[in-house]
Amino acid sequence: MPYIPPNYEPIVPDAVASKVTEKTSVLIVGAGPIGLALALDMGTMGHKVIIINRETKLTDGSRAICYAKRPLEIFDRLGLAEKMVKKGVEWNIGRVFFKNRTEPVYSFDLLPVKEQKLPAMINIQQYYNEEYNIEALEKLDNVELRWGNTLISIEEKTNSVNATVQTERGNYNLEADWLIACDGSSSPTRKMMDMGFGGETFQDNFLIADVKFKKKYPTERHFWFDPSFNPGQSVLLHKQPDNVWRIDFQVGWDIDRKEIVRPENVTPRIKAMFGEDVEFEYEWISVYTFNCRIIDSMTKGRVIFAGDSAHLVSPFGARGANTGFQDTDNLAWKLDLIIKGKADHRLLQSYDEERSLAAKINILNSTRSTDFITPKSAVSTHFRDAVLQLSTEYEFARGFVNSGRLSLPVSYPDSSLNTADDEIWPAGVPPGTNCIDAPVLEQGETQWLLNSLGWMFKLLIFVDPDYVSQDQYQVLVSLEKDEIPISCIFISQAAISGVETIIDIKGLAAERYGICKTGVYLVRPDQYVAARWHHIDINKIRNAVQRSIGYSVEEKVTKQ
Amino acid sequence: MTNNKLNLKSNLSNYDDVYQILIDMHLDFTDEESQTANAKLILALVNHIGDSIVLQQAVNIVRDNTIAWRNQIINKKNSHLMPRKSE
Repeated sequence: MPYIPPNYEPIVPDAVASKVTEKTSVLIVGAGPIGLALALDMGTMGHKVIIINRETKLTDGSRAICYAKRPLEIFDRLGLAEKMVKKGVEWNIGRVFFKNRTEPVYSFDLLPVKEQKLPAMINIQQYYNEEYNIEALEKLDNVELRWGNTLISIEEKTNSVNATVQTERGNYNLEADWLIACDGSSSPTRKMMDMGFGGETFQDNFLIADVKFKKKYPTERHFWFDPSFNPGQSVLLHKQPDNVWRIDFQVGWDIDRKEIVRPENVTPRIKAMFGEDVEFEYEWISVYTFNCRIIDSMTKGRVIFAGDSAHLVSPFGARGANTGFQDTDNLAWKLDLIIKGKADHRLLQSYDEERSLAAKINILNSTRSTDFITPKSAVSTHFRDAVLQLSTEYEFARGFVNSGRLSLPVSYPDSSLNTADDEIWPAGVPPGTNCIDAPVLEQGETQWLLNSLGWMFKLLIFVDPDYVSQDQYQVLVSLEKDEIPISCIFISQAAISGVETIIDIKGLAAERYGICKTGVYLVRPDQYVAARWHHIDINKIRNAVQRSIGYSVEEKVTKQ
Repeated sequence: MTNNKLNLKSNLSNYDDVYQILIDMHLDFTDEESQTANAKLILALVNHIGDSIVLQQAVNIVRDNTIAWRNQIINKKNSHLMPRKSE
């Protein structure tokens, strides 16, 4: 049975009849995966959130199916990751094929990520992620999801945004402190705000067929360059939960978009690939053209863009939704502090600074994959083919094979929020980089370090168990009462009496954070490192917090 | 680099950067110019390596690999490309 998206009742708020302007702190336009994730983040922090969505149902089809490690870590902070990983499919074996050679040119084993909670990536249909997210939102009284509500105009005011929203019974006005456009690649909000969206459209199309085979096959990712069943083009095959397989056919530019998606036109392709007698049923068929684009700025006044409304990449490497989730992760804590009056527009500027950089790096990576998969010139084809031919025999060539690079989190080494190292760090996690996980023992139970981080500023203090000064301990604990509260996590190789400590059971936390004896990491609410030192210096810590909320150190807004 | 032995193991950490450098060399070139440019590039690198024994080994593996592929592509007909049962 193909997936049938649930239908929701269209919402008609009282404001339609009363004509009274409704107010909200956060208005999210679009209940796709990015809008929902942001709503869960902001809602969990206690803000009043309204999400409006034009449609009255979830997206049909499996759509974004690859969830990389960093987005899973974000969903773990939001409480959804365990459910996603349980349902999702993990694959380790990948095979690369070329032309009509039946044996792969080579195979690889994505070795599991060692001693970290979450895998390198899972495959799961987008609708599962959306359903889990909606379930979690339904438990929050301060979040309201309004299906069948369409944004039709925006009026920018000094301290708010006035949105006119259309329902099936008429329009109403919604005054929001902040409007976040998560309304996808053709974002109506972006057009209303008259924002540029520069980049290029690739003259190519991809046909997606999600099918259920009658027979069971091993969970492997297969990628074909120029196979005889799709000459001159590529094909990708990988697995989703419920025994659904995603087949991605590159089909070129000159196609009839309506005809190509008809099942009777897709079936011959699948038979050519798997043999005449293959038995299967369709789950979803779709065709898309891809773009690499980026918005002029991810913020304009009180209107903020996240996900596909702000940037588009080619699908190779699964960088669309995965990048969008990292946008919301970066945005949520900043918006939280700004709404609470603890930070100002400069912190929001850093959202544009950091996430535009991420978007550009994603575009670079996916463009490189595209250039390898679809060479743009004869000489480029020769290089690609040379790499693939050599890969059958020689390891050195395999590094060049680019069928989509795994989406990895982007570091912000030059972010204005970072405090640069003032000491030598031969290893560890530099400022502007996301924290790495490690197994720890917490109150006698096996836990993961990343679960101790996030939501607020945390000070990760690697302590020498032989000596902890009670005075210093008292001062550190009092940081929680600062204007921007900082919560201390003490981590050590062994328990320390009188100090609540998590135990680095395997010594992996110390190793991964480059700790010899002692060390301190200031970690942002999005689990990125803001600053680090070998020794504790309360002034330096407070200055680094100032900087990482967008203030200059001289301003001294942190209450002490 | 020494020992007169061609290194066939992975020896780069930034494959994608290197690949892009190679492709970008050919920007706006005709196919013929590209052929000549590739030849120039090989000559520059051969001079840098400064070792005809290493060059000969590279030439040998490239010839063999190319001939092997010529035979495979011409002779084999693809039949059944289902994911195999297991390995």
